[in-house]
Amino acid sequence: MEKTKSPEESRKLLDKITFDLTRSIVKRDELTRFWYFILVMFAAVGLWGWFIQIRDGLGVTGMRDYVSWGMYIANFVFFVAVSLIGFLISSSLQLLKISWSKPISRVAEQIAIAAVALAGIIIVMDMGRPDRFLNVFLHGRFASPIIWDVTVVTTYLTISVLLYYIPLIPDLALLRDRGGDDIPKWKMQLYKILALGWKGNDKQYKLVAHSMRVLMILILPVGLSIHTVTSWLFAATLRSGWDTTIFGPYFVAGAFVAGAAAVVILMFAYRVRYRLGEYFEDLHFDYMGKLLVFVCLVYLYFNINEFWVPAYKMKTAEGIHLRTLFTGSYAPMFWSAQMLGLILPILLMLFRFFRKPLPLTIISVFVLIASWLKRYIIVVPTLEHPFLPVQNVPDYFKHYSPTSIEIMITIFSFMAALLIITVLAKMFPVITIWEYAEEKGIDKEILAEPKK
Amino acid sequence: MENKSRRSFVKKLGVSVGAAGLVGGSSLLSSCNQVETASGDTIKLLTSSGELVEVNKAQLKPADMPSLTENQKRGRKGLPGRKFVMVIDLSKCRNARECMKGCQKHHQLRPEQHHINVLQMQDAEHTAPYYMPKPCQHCDNPPCTKVCPVNATFKREDGIVLIDNERCIGCRFCIAACPYSARVFNWFEPRDAEKYEGVTYNIEANVPQKKGTISKCLFSADRLRDGKLPTCVSSCPNGVYWFGDQNEDAVTNGTTHETTSFSKLIKDNAAYTLMEELGTKPRVYYLPPKDRAFPFQGEIEDHHS
Ligand code: SF4
Ligand code: SF4
Repeated sequence: MEKTKSPEESRKLLDKITFDLTRSIVKRDELTRFWYFILVMFAAVGLWGWFIQIRDGLGVTGMRDYVSWGMYIANFVFFVAVSLIGFLISSSLQLLKISWSKPISRVAEQIAIAAVALAGIIIVMDMGRPDRFLNVFLHGRFASPIIWDVTVVTTYLTISVLLYYIPLIPDLALLRDRGGDDIPKWKMQLYKILALGWKGNDKQYKLVAHSMRVLMILILPVGLSIHTVTSWLFAATLRSGWDTTIFGPYFVAGAFVAGAAAVVILMFAYRVRYRLGEYFEDLHFDYMGKLLVFVCLVYLYFNINEFWVPAYKMKTAEGIHLRTLFTGSYAPMFWSAQMLGLILPILLMLFRFFRKPLPLTIISVFVLIASWLKRYIIVVPTLEHPFLPVQNVPDYFKHYSPTSIEIMITIFSFMAALLIITVLAKMFPVITIWEYAEEKGIDKEILAEPKK
Repeated sequence: MENKSRRSFVKKLGVSVGAAGLVGGSSLLSSCNQVETASGDTIKLLTSSGELVEVNKAQLKPADMPSLTENQKRGRKGLPGRKFVMVIDLSKCRNARECMKGCQKHHQLRPEQHHINVLQMQDAEHTAPYYMPKPCQHCDNPPCTKVCPVNATFKREDGIVLIDNERCIGCRFCIAACPYSARVFNWFEPRDAEKYEGVTYNIEANVPQKKGTISKCLFSADRLRDGKLPTCVSSCPNGVYWFGDQNEDAVTNGTTHETTSFSKLIKDNAAYTLMEELGTKPRVYYLPPKDRAFPFQGEIEDHHS
């Protein structure tokens, strides 16, 4: 924290911070409209795909009786994975009092909310009978990992929303009191309501700090469970490729990789689009790069365990599975995910140059794509090789390839997630103003001052 | 007491199967399943062999037509005191596939949907190939029912694993969990959906099938309730199948109608269960494919291409 400034200085600085950080809220140009248009259009196309799927049956997908889970489930796992970054950055690092990650918290929380919300939607889209979704509550059987998953996903979403909203309250009050004339009226109205009559006294700040602490601690077990339980959807079966004990930590480690990459990309987008170079500094990218290397190394370690140990033994069923990954039909996907998405990024990010904003963002894009492919590789090949031979069915039952409907619906999920993030960014500051101001040594009294 | 009930069960199975071709009148009706009330005095019914018939309403007692909830309730309980088992004699299977045909007809399945599937097996590179009919193993420790989030698939007291396709949400977790690939899904509208429209759902036959839900072998639970052998067992021309009650230690051959001691049959022939190392405890036993008096035709399909 910098030393306390004079009131005059503070006011000036606060004005500048507020001005910078509301740029995303104020900005309404062609590009924004175009972006919204793209998102909504593609999302709508995806919804149309879902309509066809409901009308004609899940048979419009490439899934059949053997490969009965496909791209949707892979995509679901991917979204759950990405959402876990909220747990890492806005909880774990904060509890450890690692202060550089503070301005990134809200970015991480945006991603967490969007990703976990979409994970919930995707799983409904994968159901044969989405109209019977309520059966999950009416007839829920607690012995099924799906019920565990539904429980933790909803809890995680709730806590994530709170982790996003509570530190937002002082900001909303600040905007209510000091917001520029260029902020649209309806947004100001909304701030007023959502600020819940915040006054900015010590008692209220204490309350925020206290509840944040409780939430950060609460989210630890929930966050850990959400991805562990998701991994158990696979590990709880007897199939080779899934029947392994390290799936929990393996998935969690992989989740941090995917989520950290997503945070880097979003940070970079904000930095460029809303000219926030002073806020998302090179230093933040450098640290995020180091974090990414670290989680990648942990993930690499799990990968070695996951593939090397069974590959050493080559039991019959495992052997068939591993051969398709290493040298068979999934080899190109497998090796590009491992090389371009894990090993090469680790090597590059060891150098400071590659932790600069632009190179790091490019690396992160590769890491993120590889993370998605990795989920696909976890879900599909295992199902293509059941214990008993696949016979007396048409050839297309034996190999899975996604249909255009599946691709449409998957695109929908990405567009909808980006839409949530965009709306959040257009509605609320992407960095916590009051926390940032405090870091800069601005007194809380001044935050509470109305605009002259 | 025990002896008596054993004999009566065996007799019942034998007799009703023997008469299967000529059943008519009341014994047919009792195995029927209500279809929407047709105009006038006749009513469309679904027999347990999968036939749609039209009969006079006056002939039916109300008890013959359990309502959906009643059907679901008794379907969940199962037949008291029974423990059904199947023994498949691999030395007899010649790939006639009558079981598959009969089953698909009974359960409203499309040609690519198999409750029972005759697989061409070869255990190791140089061992002899053989045919292996593979129904649901009705595991005593079923991994499939364990994972179902809504209790739509469940294990009954009498050993049968059933599905309630009025409740299934179509998550397909049970397919992933079943190591025997025994489960099929209704990816589209089921076969002849229009023909079955309005038929009251029978949980023990899983008919009418429903789009977006799961299906699999049910040991023809509807036929068992009527004292008949499962469709596949009765359809086999080669004497492959034995079916019966473990509690009574008696199984009946579907082709010859011969009844014998279950424990002796599996002991004398060194029976085994499929992939027992997985701990699923199947209720289907296999007699090894030795001394086959016919050649294996065709080629082994590549298992895992
Ligand atoms: S064979 Fe498969 S479907 Fe049948 S009871 Fe066992 S696990 Fe369930
Ligand atoms: S597909 Fe149906 S029966 Fe199978 S686990 Fe899901 S809800 Fe249960």
